[in-house]
Formats: sequence, structure tokens, C-alpha cells
Amino acid sequence: MNFFDRLMRLDRRWVFLFLTVVCVAGYYVDYSIPIRVTKETRSIYDFIDSLPPGDIVFVAIDYDPSNQAELHPMTYAIMEHAFRKNLRIIFTALSQNGPGMADQAIRDITDSVALDRTYNGIEYKGRQIVNGVDYTFLGYKPYFSIIILSMGQNFRISFPTDYYGTPLDSIPMMRGVLNYDNVACLIDLSGGNITDAWISYGQGRYNFPLALGLTGVMTAQYYPYLNSGQVFGIMGGMLGAAQYERLADNPGLAIDGMRVQLPAHIVILLFIIIGNIGYFVTRRKVQLEGR
Amino acid sequence: MDFTTFLWTTLGAFLTLATFSFLYKDNPFYKLAEHLVVGVSAGYFVIIVWHGTMVPNLFQKLADGDWFMLWLNSTQPWYIVPGILGILMWTRFSRKYGWLSRWPMALYIGIAAGVAVPLEMSNKVNKQLVATMVDINWSNFMGTGFFDPFSGLANLLIFIGVIAGLIYFFFSKAHTGAVGGVAKLGIWTLMIGFGASFGFTVMARISLFINRLQYLDKNWREAAFDSSNPNYGAGFQIVFWLIIALIVVYVVREIMTHLSHKKANSATE
Repeated sequence: MNFFDRLMRLDRRWVFLFLTVVCVAGYYVDYSIPIRVTKETRSIYDFIDSLPPGDIVFVAIDYDPSNQAELHPMTYAIMEHAFRKNLRIIFTALSQNGPGMADQAIRDITDSVALDRTYNGIEYKGRQIVNGVDYTFLGYKPYFSIIILSMGQNFRISFPTDYYGTPLDSIPMMRGVLNYDNVACLIDLSGGNITDAWISYGQGRYNFPLALGLTGVMTAQYYPYLNSGQVFGIMGGMLGAAQYERLADNPGLAIDGMRVQLPAHIVILLFIIIGNIGYFVTRRKVQLEGR
Repeated sequence: MDFTTFLWTTLGAFLTLATFSFLYKDNPFYKLAEHLVVGVSAGYFVIIVWHGTMVPNLFQKLADGDWFMLWLNSTQPWYIVPGILGILMWTRFSRKYGWLSRWPMALYIGIAAGVAVPLEMSNKVNKQLVATMVDINWSNFMGTGFFDPFSGLANLLIFIGVIAGLIYFFFSKAHTGAVGGVAKLGIWTLMIGFGASFGFTVMARISLFINRLQYLDKNWREAAFDSSNPNYGAGFQIVFWLIIALIVVYVVREIMTHLSHKKANSATE
């Protein structure tokens, strides 16, 4: 049995072990990698950055803990950027385990915005983020397509109260805010097919500016909507989050994670190349033996 | 050290390691983690739906009515209708009355189809068709630089790729000659698309691992060994070493079992 035969019969658990060792080593070695920002991510950042204070951004946190790795850093980066710019945010969570994700992000960013920070050379004073004044969290409702459609008429149809049980009419921030016409843009951070509903039933029906933050698995599938102008920006996976963090000058978990992505991708590429060489050499050997 | 933080952080770390143990082989720790995820998700979902939907969208609407009058004296009695339709869905559990669940189902599917067909047609078909036939950007034909060599050419490539891809799936004519050539271009276009998806998928999977690595390091290991961590405490250290000891014992046991099997096999031969 030669090297390539052994390679083809290699227990895949050795591959897992090797990749784990490389990832852990990459995590603990202190180095940084340059992050090139794509225009799809930049357009989201530029849009939010250009909004005047007081404008409302609608952030749909449509993912479960299983997508937390890629989408939570996006949520954090966008929320921090928006709150530092004195924008107001309406949140929904139309994925069944989404409310927990939104709740955690709101608590963490409220703590972060309370501190003085400098981003891109601009000093931002810490301030208290107040529920009902700076943000409203509408919560979860099942059957997302119908919810998205009904919110186009009035947020109060689907959400007579916010997530914490306060009637929407009693919330200061929601006075005069009826539907999508009153928000500057909608950013959907999604790990599932809710994105399709936002495109068809939301943007397609009510024509508001829509941007997407997607898991890596989904990203390539949604680029056609960028080309058609149905969405104005896409952030794809942890790389998209890292790009937003770079633009906002607010390094977080995504930029930290890119240090591990690089060696992991190199190892996977090497495995693919070696595996293919092994496959072709073994096939050739079988063909020659057949003659 | 806050006990609640200690409890949930430790449980999170244990379940993370229990889930990753499946990469070696199926085991009781993995099974425990798997069942917990399913059970907790279901329980959480029920509570969220009850408090987030049933209470504000149904019971609070009927709250000014009287339960003994079945809320018929409420100011908004019509909210009973969706409530009844919802209850009818539960008749699925009865063989005798299961047919009643078809009424709410029919209503829901009818409305959903009526809403979906025109919107899906407009947004998923028509707008995509228009986006496929965009003018070529002659002024920027050769792109803007090394990372963007095809920005002007992109619209032409999309058009050719779509046509070639469609021809690949056109089976009424044999894929020979010119048609075969275009179909081959179609399969190349599809493969490039799948390649892009595969690349993103690899990134996604590694991201999941990185996230767990960050959690184990920042939330758990630092709480055990970094005195500057706000949750620093001896409890984390004890559990950390206990779990490490458990892993070591398991690995040693596996090696011993493997060696004894090997010995038994060689003795048989």
C-alpha cells in the first residue's frame, strides 16, 4: 500500500483533529490579517452613516443560536454604529429562537454604548440607551410572511404590544410611527428563508431600502437580488461582519475570528488538493491494473 | 463569582464539548446535548408563542368580555373567529373529527397562495429577468483593478451564464454540436456558482467552530485562570480540571480498548 492508497483510506477523524489543532493554534498566536472591504458591505455602512440623528433603522434579528457565530457580530456592529450616531432602532425577531438573540444583543450593546469611545477618530460620549426612546423591541410572532405583510399597513396589527408587554401607543418612540414608510431602511440579519419573505412580501410590496446580513451558506444565493436593486447591500458570513467592524473601527469577535479562518482555509485547500491528487493517482493505478 | 453565571457558563462549556465529541463517535454526552437542544427549543417556543401571540393578539383583545359568555359580550367579539379556527387545528388528534382541521388549513393555504403568487412572480421572476438583461457597462468594461477585473463585463457574463445554464437543463434536444457546447458552458457556470457557495459554506462551518472556541476561551477558561475576568473564581477552576480529567480518562480508556482489540485480532490471526 503506497502513500496515496493510505491517503484514500485515511480515517476522517484525523482530518478533524488536524483542523482543530490548526484552528486552536491560529487562535492563540497573536497576529492580525488585512481585511478588504467589499462594496456590498460598504454600501450598508455608508447608508447608516449618512442618516441624520433621530432616524429609525429597522433591524430584523431573524436567526437562532445556531447562526450566532456569523450573525451576532453583524448585529453588534450595526447596533453600536447606529446608537453612536443617535439613530433609533425597531427590532423584530421572526425566527422562533430569535428573541433571546435580540435580548442578549440589546443588553450587551446598551452596556457598551454607556462608555466613552473613539471610532474612526471621532470621540463619542457614553450615553444611556433607553427602551422605548432609543429602541423598541417588537418580539416574535409566528408565520413571518403574514407578519411582514401586516407591518406594511401598521406595526400595531401584528404587534399590539412590544416584547415586554407595553402597548405600542404608550411607547414614546412609536408615536407617529405607523409602518415601513417611517423607517429609513430595513436590515435583515437572517439564517433562514425569512430573507425571501422580506424580499418578496416586504421590499417587493412596500418598496423600502433593504439590506441583508446572511450566513455564509446563504450568501451566494442572494447576490442576484443585489444586481437587480432589490437589496442595496449584503454582508456575507463572518467575513461580512469583520468588514463592517473594520469600517466602523470597532474590532469585535468577527475580526478576531478571521485570524483563525485564514489558516483553517489554507489547510482545507491543501486537503482538497492532496485529496484530488490521491483520487486521480489511485484511479490511474486501477485503470492500469485493469489493462 | 455570581453562581448563576458560573452555572450557565459551565453548562455551556460542557455542552459545547459534549457536542464536539460526536466528531470522534456517537456517545451518551452527545446524545444528552442533542436531546437538550430539541427539548429546550420546543419549550421555549411554546412559552414565546403563548406570551407573545396568544395573550396580546387574542386574549387581550377579548379581555373586556366575559369568559362565561365565551367573550361574546366583548367589544371585539370577532377575535373569537381566529381563536375557533386555531382550536379546530387541534382536531387533527381525533380520527372522528380530524376533518374539521381542513377548514382552517384551507383558509390559511388559500390566503397564503393568493398573496404569494403575484408577489413571488413579480419579485422572484420578473425583476430577476429584468436584472439579467442589463446594458453592458462600456465605460468601465475592464473593471477597476486587480480585485475587480470584470465589473463592466459582469452583465454580459450573467446573460451568457443564464442562457447557457438554461440550455443545460433543456432536454428536448440532444446535447451534441453547438447545443452541447453551450450546455457545457452552462455546467461550468453552475459549477462556478456551486464553488462560490462551497467556499462560503466552508467559512460558515469554520465560523461556528471559532465561535465556540471564543466562548470556551473568553467565557470559560478566562473565568478559571484570568484574575482580571469579572467572573473569576475557584469554582470555574475546579470544574475546568474535572472536565479535562473526564476527557483524559475517556481518551485513555479508548486507547486501551483499541489496543486490546488489536491484540485480540493479532492473536486470532
